[in-house]
Amino acid sequence: MNAQPSTSLKLSAWLGAAFLHIPLLLIVLYAFTTEDRTYTFPPPGLTLKWFGVAFARTDMWEALWLSVRVALGATALALVLGGLAAAGMARSQFRGKSAVNLLLVLPIALPGIVTGLALLVSLRRAGLDAGTLTIIIGHATFCIVTVYNNVVARLRRLSPSQLEASADLGARPLQTFRYVLLPHLATALLAGGLLAFALSFDEVIVTTFTAGSQQTLPIWLYGELFKPRQRPVTNVVALLVMVVTLLPILLAQRLTQGTDAMNGAGKSS
Amino acid sequence: MTTQGRAVPQKAARPSFGKRYWPLLLLAAPLLWLGVLYLGSLLGLLGYSFYGVDDFTGQVVPQFTLSTFRQLVSTPSNIDVIARTTLMAAAVTLACAVIAFPLALYVARLTDPRKKALWVLLITLPLWASYLVRVYAWRLILAQEGVISWAAAKLHLTGVLDGLLSLPVIGGTSLANSYFGMFLVFVYVWLPYMILPIQAALERVPTSVTQASADLGARPAQTFWRITLPLALPGVAAGSIFTFSLTLGDYIIPGVVGAPGYFIGQMVYTQQGAAGNLPLAAAFSIVPIVIVGLYLAFVRRLGAFDAL
Repeated sequence: MNAQPSTSLKLSAWLGAAFLHIPLLLIVLYAFTTEDRTYTFPPPGLTLKWFGVAFARTDMWEALWLSVRVALGATALALVLGGLAAAGMARSQFRGKSAVNLLLVLPIALPGIVTGLALLVSLRRAGLDAGTLTIIIGHATFCIVTVYNNVVARLRRLSPSQLEASADLGARPLQTFRYVLLPHLATALLAGGLLAFALSFDEVIVTTFTAGSQQTLPIWLYGELFKPRQRPVTNVVALLVMVVTLLPILLAQRLTQGTDAMNGAGKSS
Repeated sequence: MTTQGRAVPQKAARPSFGKRYWPLLLLAAPLLWLGVLYLGSLLGLLGYSFYGVDDFTGQVVPQFTLSTFRQLVSTPSNIDVIARTTLMAAAVTLACAVIAFPLALYVARLTDPRKKALWVLLITLPLWASYLVRVYAWRLILAQEGVISWAAAKLHLTGVLDGLLSLPVIGGTSLANSYFGMFLVFVYVWLPYMILPIQAALERVPTSVTQASADLGARPAQTFWRITLPLALPGVAAGSIFTFSLTLGDYIIPGVVGAPGYFIGQMVYTQQGAAGNLPLAAAFSIVPIVIVGLYLAFVRRLGAFDAL
């Protein structure tokens, strides 16, 4: 692959990049438009007043608060379960290991409607009322794999001799864990946790099945899409959601830079 | 897995970690969650699809019956939904492959690692910006008074746009209400999933192979069609698994943009909610899994699993 890219190849790459990014830039632009009824382009003028209008909506804050609580809960569960799974899988061999691997990926490999409906049916059977807890259960299920991927990649690169050295020098297993293993895994756990947070914060499909009448921010936004009168507020919240989802990702990217590739495919459906 | 399986001596070298039950102890909690709660739920869902609904009371009858599946395949409108969704998934996959390939090729050929990292970030970033917001962005773009109409007017292409919209099936009253508009949104949302595996596959094509092709007198175009493309095909197949199955299962996009015809995801959602027919919803949710299963069997032959 040493051939210099031709002009046409370069052009089509730039066109592709433009296709991917122009819609995101438009979201930013429309949050400031003075037009409140239609999606007129170019916007007739720019204003900051819709931010004030959006921030005055108490239902928006409630939805945001629920989303944050859910994302924190799901991330905490995913960190524990994903971390344990990674520790159990990293250097061990046992029958059925590939089945466990498949099981870990299944929640993001299957369409969201399948996961959502399956969880809805069993949570109902178990007599659990739809609410914050059921949303967290749903989100944790597909967040486990992002933590797992990040931690398992780090564990594979960690030489076992370091743990042996720690043990040889008289450290108890818990000390080895606290002073050798954990510092080594810290950034991988943090990156996996940030990805899990973003994944949970952004999720719509599984949530619509497990949320009952509760509204996370994406669910709230989805409802607003069908209310033409609320367009300016929708535009502002869309920008807000985009920023809140992107920031943890960029941070995670930083954390894993130069070590491993960021592990954990985005899951949307 | 099997090659690693022979690395047993490692265990002996690590006495503190060597206990046999150690990994299983660690795995207990995750396995309980995923293996019992999640897999159990999936099996429960499968079970539901073999239940029926009492015609008079509308209550679920928990007895084994194939009537739900019979109803699924014998109702012409259901078949329409399945065909519509599958065709859309195929069209989206094809378009994604065509758009993604040059981009992936460009990035794979970049030699400056910093530039390459920047491009990879450029491709993955939209993937991470909220899915719902990206779908919403297209409502702004496709609206009658939106960017596309504006650009078409500026470029004196309004006639072309109107011509496109007047086409049967893919057209509609406006881009936001047409299958073509919906197709654009699907392509946009899943495109990065196609670019990344193709790029990875292209990176694995050894330079020596393309050099040898050139040394043996092949023109660049010949090298591309006969060497690079066939070697990158597993990457295309791997990407297509994402674009195909994600389109099959989606129900947000058909709800936000496009013509009124239902898609599989919407059927599942409506049947479990408003219609209250959980067995039919369960049966419908099995459909994308079956189609993806068939598709996986097909792409496996193209070596997609080596490129994942």
